[in-house]
Amino acid sequence: MIDRDGGAGGTSPADAVDDEHHASPDESGAASGRRADDVIRHKEEMRVRSVIQNELSREETEARPRPEDPGPLDGAVIELERVYLAFDQPVLEEISFAAFPGETLVIVGESGTGKSTVLKLILRLLQPDSGRVYVNGADVADLSFTEALVVRQKMGMVFQSAALFDSMTVFENVAYPLREHTDLDEDAIEQRVREKLEFVDLEADEVMGKLPAELSGGMKKRVGIARGMANNAEIMLYDEPTSGLDPLTTGTITRLIMKLQRELNVTSIVVSHDIRASFRMATHIALLADRTVRFFGTPEEMTVSDDRYIRDFLGGY
Amino acid sequence: MPPFLDRLNDAAKRKVRALQDYFLLAWTSLRFIFARPFYGGDLVQQMDAIGVQSLGIVILTGFFTGMVLALQSAVQLQTFGASMYMGRLVSASMIRELGPVLAGLMVAGRVGSGIAAQLGSMKVTEQIDALNTLGTDPIKKLVTPRVLAALIMLPVLTVINDFVGIVGGNLIAQFYLDVPSSLYWRTVWEQIASDGFVFRFIPNDFVQGLSKPFVFGGVIAITACYFGLSTSGGTEGVGISTTRTVVASSILILVLDYFLTQILLSLLVAP
Repeated sequence: MIDRDGGAGGTSPADAVDDEHHASPDESGAASGRRADDVIRHKEEMRVRSVIQNELSREETEARPRPEDPGPLDGAVIELERVYLAFDQPVLEEISFAAFPGETLVIVGESGTGKSTVLKLILRLLQPDSGRVYVNGADVADLSFTEALVVRQKMGMVFQSAALFDSMTVFENVAYPLREHTDLDEDAIEQRVREKLEFVDLEADEVMGKLPAELSGGMKKRVGIARGMANNAEIMLYDEPTSGLDPLTTGTITRLIMKLQRELNVTSIVVSHDIRASFRMATHIALLADRTVRFFGTPEEMTVSDDRYIRDFLGGY
Repeated sequence: MPPFLDRLNDAAKRKVRALQDYFLLAWTSLRFIFARPFYGGDLVQQMDAIGVQSLGIVILTGFFTGMVLALQSAVQLQTFGASMYMGRLVSASMIRELGPVLAGLMVAGRVGSGIAAQLGSMKVTEQIDALNTLGTDPIKKLVTPRVLAALIMLPVLTVINDFVGIVGGNLIAQFYLDVPSSLYWRTVWEQIASDGFVFRFIPNDFVQGLSKPFVFGGVIAITACYFGLSTSGGTEGVGISTTRTVVASSILILVLDYFLTQILLSLLVAP
């Protein structure tokens, strides 16, 4: 499912991603698309090379056992490696994929295939029964609960229901992570809150004093995004960010996620049912089915897939 | 293993796991009292919700209980010509037993259900998960301030309940039995002093009467938080958690009252 850099010469995926990372945000979309294609091509090349190496070394495996834990993938911001999780029954089996800096990875699949569970694993709200979940190269499953709280401060999560604290105003909601984890004074906090609310296209003066119950669904989602990025999160996780929204608001939220990637180079993992929105924002798509990753690749690769299940899933998109 | 035994085995495991989670929550929340950061604002807010806002119900309960107690006892005491001991009877009953238990039951009903409903709603609307993802420990932020506030406020409410109950008894003694108020209050004090003192100046009755609400406060808050945080199944689940909280904490108060009385009597009353 993912390429594992064997270090066999050539540019590493990390280098390739770094090249992309240092590029000017003002460059044209076509150029960005070409660079993204290069990265994807490179990853595919490395994946094929890895498969060939595995095949070649299969006979030697018994004599020279491969390390059981190959460690995190170079340059990956988030990586799931052969994750298995069961409650009463298996939910995820052999789940592996990775997201690199600035990428937007969209996880799609039927209801009940464990998409939101993947987000909970990344946040270490759940721990896998086996396998690894790396965030910035550190296995979050190894962290204590308190250490996990620190890691989570670098991530922003937008919930399906927005999950705003209903006893707090919009201002207090967005200011919450700043008051909790920074030494900023009240003036600096207000300035940051205004900045984030304006980033998500909300009139700060108009909404700051309102309670979540007074906001529309789309506004709640945008406040949720503002709260998630208040601490200048490097990673944003979205659970069904466009569910229950009208097409116009869906477009607004989708553009916002793309804006975060384009302007702030945020790495995003989006769980979504909305194929149209997913194809607009995704650099990669992972399709979960039968407790495993049925497809991992670019939206373009997905549209030309011969897999009947994928074609049915896309419904002629 | 037969299916029946399988189900029994699973049910027993679930109960043991729930009990383990309950004590783990209790231990963690108490440990966090001494750990940074301190949520002072939340503590004050909870002391207001648990203590100040429960004053009305506690005063009413204490006052009428004291009056009923005096009224029921009046007939018996008059029969034996012992009306003058009304103060002794009412104060001993209120301070040792009725004050702590009634205040506990009232707070369990009013505050315990409120805490369970609030935390349950936060759970089903993913606000607890949101706290976690924002790098905040929900136990430290939500449970510890509630437990600490209950530990502080329930003894305070009990003292008020005791006093108001004794005042209610005084009214009945004065207007129904014609016992002078001065005599009533003197017998109240005689009762308090007659049971001996801890460290020469703390009456045994006060030790009994104030150690119980301290325990009850902790039990109510932890039970409510436990059921609140274990809520699942949407709004129906919130209702179930609320009911379970009131039932479980009321039963725990009555059962613990018996065992605490046994322990305190063996410790405080010389053989």
